[in-house]
Amino acid sequence: MKINEQIDISAIVEENIQPQMASKISVKDLSAFFGKTKVLKNISIELPEKKVVAIIGPSGCGKSTFLRSINRMHEVVGGTITGNIFLDGEDIMKLDPVYLRRKIGMVFQKPNPFPTMSIFNNVVAGLKLNGFRNRKALKEIVEKSLKAAALWDEVKDNLNDSGANISGGQQQRLCIARTIAVNPDVILMDEPASALDPISTAKIEELIFELKKDFTIIIVTHNMQQAARVSDYTAFFYMGELVEYSDTKKMFTAPDKKQTEDYITGRFG
Amino acid sequence: MLNSPGESLKERESFEKIQSYFKKSKEKKTSGFLNKILGNNNLGDIIFERLTLLFAVLVFSLVIFMGWEMYSHSVLSIKQFGLNFLVNSTWDPAITQVFGALPMIFGTIVSSLIGLIIAVPLGLSVAVFLSELAPAWLEKPLSFLTELLAGIPSVIYGLWGIFVLVPWLRDVVEPFLQNEFPNSPFFQGAPYGYGMLAAGLILSIMVLPIISSISRDILKSVPDAQREAAYALGATRWEVTKIVLSNARSGLLGAIMLGFGRAIGETMAVTMVIGNRAGISASLFDPSYTMASVLANEFTEATTDLYLNALIELALVLFIITILINMLAHLLVWSTERKWK
Repeated sequence: MKINEQIDISAIVEENIQPQMASKISVKDLSAFFGKTKVLKNISIELPEKKVVAIIGPSGCGKSTFLRSINRMHEVVGGTITGNIFLDGEDIMKLDPVYLRRKIGMVFQKPNPFPTMSIFNNVVAGLKLNGFRNRKALKEIVEKSLKAAALWDEVKDNLNDSGANISGGQQQRLCIARTIAVNPDVILMDEPASALDPISTAKIEELIFELKKDFTIIIVTHNMQQAARVSDYTAFFYMGELVEYSDTKKMFTAPDKKQTEDYITGRFG
Repeated sequence: MLNSPGESLKERESFEKIQSYFKKSKEKKTSGFLNKILGNNNLGDIIFERLTLLFAVLVFSLVIFMGWEMYSHSVLSIKQFGLNFLVNSTWDPAITQVFGALPMIFGTIVSSLIGLIIAVPLGLSVAVFLSELAPAWLEKPLSFLTELLAGIPSVIYGLWGIFVLVPWLRDVVEPFLQNEFPNSPFFQGAPYGYGMLAAGLILSIMVLPIISSISRDILKSVPDAQREAAYALGATRWEVTKIVLSNARSGLLGAIMLGFGRAIGETMAVTMVIGNRAGISASLFDPSYTMASVLANEFTEATTDLYLNALIELALVLFIITILINMLAHLLVWSTERKWK
């Protein structure tokens, strides 16, 4: 893999398209392993602040592993990484993972609300872990987070119901509310709409568009139309390597690499 | 996604292959041995279904039959004592022939509860360690060892109780407790060694593997998505464990109830160390008696019909309590497992 070339691409992205944008997360020569298997190969990429970056690529290309390296969830399942990831210039491997995950929230593929908690308690679960107990402030945060997740109107009368008794799409928005309630800087989304019906998917996509005003969002998706719709930048991963990274419009109209074009036009994957 | 024409052709070929395979297997089915004899495609299935149903009903009716047998052989005592049997604390087969099961019910429940009070925190800790914290290479052998404890015959626990536990309680633990808490109602009377405390301790060791292995399975059935959700919110390991435990709470309760059911029915080991004297006392040092021990000890001595009937009624009470507890336990375990499917 020609690493230099990738850095060049991201440099182009920064200079030509968004010259003023600041890099929120900066990944340098990242490799990730499961045991001895190398699933990510020397990735270097700059993720800009308050933008949506979509990560696309066929199954098993390392998209999810990349995402999970950023909030150090990769090591929870026994993986290891080499290289560096910087959040606002700080090396994440030197940060406490518990603190890091409060700065970098994550939404998973399958909605995973806590079934034993009410909707209210689901939203504030992260805050309560932080030792936050002020009931009045919690109420405000619940309302604010549920509104931000476009769920407030649907659940405001049943906040004490179980978080598992709402529809899948609502559950996923509840998980998003839970993530933004702790006010992270970055939100990672691992195929957040792939388990949902088209209407719920559309709602999640609208939501992502709203959320990028306040958060840096990195979204892994199988759905290329989705990547084209919601993201500002797109990175194409293949076999653990970053093949191409550029402005989404450019990526879907005039990709630089043959491989990218083949994937986007559906010749493989 | 679009497929190139070559691929779709391949797909069609493999689709045809699958179709022809199913056709063949269908032909095979109709030429089967049973069907040849019976000449009917579905009759084999019907026979198979009825036969398995029969066996299933047979097992169930066995339980009903046992209950009925116990009831019909204890009619004499049921008529004579009625509900008093459950609340009367006199058990006098020798002279007055009055039978009240209260001391045995007390002994059974209290010794089982003591066993649980000790075994539950230990068993749950073992389960949490095995499912949440232990590295993979340690988990398997440790699980195996704890489950091995469940396979030891109870008479061996009883012997160990007589030769090791009882002398140790008599010479060390009970005098110590009596010195430290001279006014506690739980530590009164002569420290024999044999008694409620010994029975409770033996039971705690015997139910520990049941509680820990079932709890471990329950904790493992909590989906990893729950753990990941908690980790991603910035939870520490302990906080993640708390969330896992709260997800599994009804299943864990079920595991505890199964342990309780086991403790209640345990006969041999308890009979060997509990002291076998009918009486209700707050002191853990005093000998006691359980329903199962009475049955084991006195069945051969039952000389009168009423005595025998009373013993069988005692068995019936034990039978019903055990069934109720097991039903409740299975219901709880089932309700957690169903949630995840």
